[in-house]
Amino acid sequence: MSRIAATFARLKDRGESGLVAYLTAGDPSPDRTASLVWALERGGADFIELGVPFSDPVADGPVIQKASDRAIAAGTNLARVLGIAREIRTRSEIPLVLFSYLNPLLRYGFERLAGDAAAAGIDGCLITDLSVEEAGDWIGPLKAAGLDTVFLVAPTSTQRRLELVSRYSSGFVYLVSRTGVTGEQDSVSASIAPLVEGMRKATSLPLAVGFGISRPEQSAEVGRLADAVVVGSAIVRLIEQNGQDPGLETILETFARDLKKPLLSVTE
Amino acid sequence: MTPTQPDAGGHFGPYGGRFVPETLMAPLEELEQAWIAARSDEGFQAELRDLLANYAGRPTPLYHAKRLGQILGGARIYLKREDLLHTGAHKINNCLGQVLLARRMNKRRIIAETGAGQHGVATATVCALFGLDCTVYMGEEDMRRQRLNVFRMRLLGAKVVAVSAGSRTLKDAISEAMRDWVTNVSDTYYLLGSALGAHPYPAMVRDFHRCIGEEARGQILKAEGRLPDRVIACVGGGSNAIGIFHSFIADEGVKLTGVEAGGRSGKLGDHAARFSGGSPGVLQGTRSYLLQDDDGQIALTHSVSAGLDYASVGPEHALLHDLGRAEYVSCQDADALAGARQLARTEGIIPALESAHAVAEAIRRAPSEPGAVYIVNVSGRGDKDIGIYIENFPELDPQ
Repeated sequence: MSRIAATFARLKDRGESGLVAYLTAGDPSPDRTASLVWALERGGADFIELGVPFSDPVADGPVIQKASDRAIAAGTNLARVLGIAREIRTRSEIPLVLFSYLNPLLRYGFERLAGDAAAAGIDGCLITDLSVEEAGDWIGPLKAAGLDTVFLVAPTSTQRRLELVSRYSSGFVYLVSRTGVTGEQDSVSASIAPLVEGMRKATSLPLAVGFGISRPEQSAEVGRLADAVVVGSAIVRLIEQNGQDPGLETILETFARDLKKPLLSVTE
Repeated sequence: MTPTQPDAGGHFGPYGGRFVPETLMAPLEELEQAWIAARSDEGFQAELRDLLANYAGRPTPLYHAKRLGQILGGARIYLKREDLLHTGAHKINNCLGQVLLARRMNKRRIIAETGAGQHGVATATVCALFGLDCTVYMGEEDMRRQRLNVFRMRLLGAKVVAVSAGSRTLKDAISEAMRDWVTNVSDTYYLLGSALGAHPYPAMVRDFHRCIGEEARGQILKAEGRLPDRVIACVGGGSNAIGIFHSFIADEGVKLTGVEAGGRSGKLGDHAARFSGGSPGVLQGTRSYLLQDDDGQIALTHSVSAGLDYASVGPEHALLHDLGRAEYVSCQDADALAGARQLARTEGIIPALESAHAVAEAIRRAPSEPGAVYIVNVSGRGDKDIGIYIENFPELDPQ
C-alpha cells in the first residue's frame, strides 16, 4: 500500500480527518525546507504538499506568488525540490505530494521525473494546470513508477467532470472549496458540502478540501465533511513573516497542532 | 495544404489544448458551446456583420503603396489598412464578436488583458457600446509606455488595473486576468485579445479576424488579377497575422511571413522571438513555443512594441511553423522604428510600432524580390506610440 493510502487508512481507523500542509519548496531557502516539513509533521500534519516554484502561477494568490518568487530567487528548481524530498526522507515517512504547474515538469521530462521522484520518496503528483483531458499524454510514466496522480475538482465542475476526474485520480481527490485563487478567507465556502456530496457519488477515493482554509475553526468545519483539510497560504504567510527567525520551526509546529486538534475526533 | 483547424480538444497538431485549473474547465466548455451555436446562428452573424461594417468600418482598404515599392526596387507592396478601423487597430473585429457572445451568455461583466492597449481600448469601446462593466488588466510598464491608451480606456468608462508582477507587461496582465476570471467566473466574461490561451480562444479569436484575409484575398485578386507572392504580418500573440494568413494557407504559392520582436539583441530576455529563441512548453492555457530557461521558468522579454512583448505565441502559428507553411523572422527595435519612419515619409501613414515590424520586414526583403507582390498587414495606427517615437527621434522634437 502506498504511503498516501496507508495514511488515509490509519486516519479512518482512528476516526480522524487528515491535515495536508502545503509549503513552497525553497522558501525562504532550499536548505530550510526539510526542517520546516519536519516541524509541520511534529505538529500533526499528516501529508505534505511540496510546491514547485513557478514564475507564472495563475492559480495562486499573492501569498504563494511571492513565495514562488522567493524560492526561485534562492535557486530552487525541480531537481533541487527532489533533493529536498530525499532530505525529508532521511527522517520522515510522511506522504509527500509534489504540487506543480506543468511547464517545469515538461522541461524536466516526465519519464525522468517519474523515476527521480519515486527514488526521492515522492508519493504523488498534483499538476495545477493539467486538466484530465490533457493528462493522458503525460501521466503514464508517473503511474508506471508507482506515483499517485491527484487531480482537482472545483465548484464549477459538472457531475460529468467529477466522474471524469475520478477515473484519472489515485491517492485522493483535491476539492477546491471555492472559485478563485489560493488564499486565506474569512469564512468557509458554502460550495463545499454539495461538492463533497457530488464527488462521493463519483469515487470511493478519500477527499481533501483546500483553498481558503487558515484557522482551526475552519479546519473543524471542513474536517467534518472531508477526509483531509489542506492549508497552504496561511502556512506560507507564516514562513514569509518569520523566514529569518530561528523560531520559525516552533511557530509552524504550533500552528499545525492548532489546525490538527479539531480534526482528531471528527466522526460523531 | 488545407487550412489548419483544431481537433475537438482544441489541438493544432501537438500545440494548443486546454491547460487551465479545473475551475475554468467547465466555463471553457460553456464558452465553446456558445461559440459553436453562434457560428451557425444567422441572427448573430448578421448583427456582427452590421457592426463590423457600420460601427468598425469594414471592409478596410487594400492600398497600393507605390512610392514605397519604387524606392525598394519595384516590388508591388499593398497595405491592408486595419489601422483605419474604429479604435485604430484590428482588435475591434474580435471584440465585437466576443461581446455579442458575452451578451448571448448573459454575462454582464467583461474583463480583458492588454499589452499595447489596443485590445484594452477596443474592449472598453464595445463595453461602452453595450453598457457592460469593463475591467482591463495592464502591466505597469505597458501603462507607462502606452499612457494615451490608458487614458482612452478610462475615458470610455473602463477600470484599468495596474499589474506589478514579473516583467509588468502582457504576460503578467494575462495571468492577472485569469485570476480574476477564476474568481468571478459566474458573472464574468474573459474577452481574451489574441489567438492565445486555452481552447476555444485561439480558434475563436482567429475566426473573428478571418475577415482581414478574406477581404485582402478578394482585393488583391481585383487589383492584380492574381494572388500575392508574400503576406507579411507582425506576430505577438498572433491575432492579426492568423487573421490575414488563414485565407491564404491553401494557396501554396503564397509565402506567409510572421515577424516577431527581435528587441535589443538575440540574448534571452532582450527580445520576444519565440521561434528562434524558444522551445515548446505550456503557458497560460496553451502549449506552444515559449521563451523559457532550463528549469522551465518563463523568461523575461523585451520589445519596443508592447503588443509584441510576450513570451509565448498562438498555437496555430506554432503548427504553421513546424509544417513550414509560414516562416517566422524577427525584426529588431531599431529596424522597426526606422520602418515606421520610412512609411510615414513615403506614404503618409504612421503605423503602430507592432505593425512597423511587418513594414520593416517588407523593406528589408523587397530589394531582393523585385516585382514581387506583397500584402503587408498594417494592423494598427501609430498615434498611441507617439511618445515612444518622440523618445527615439529626438531630432524631430527640438526643445
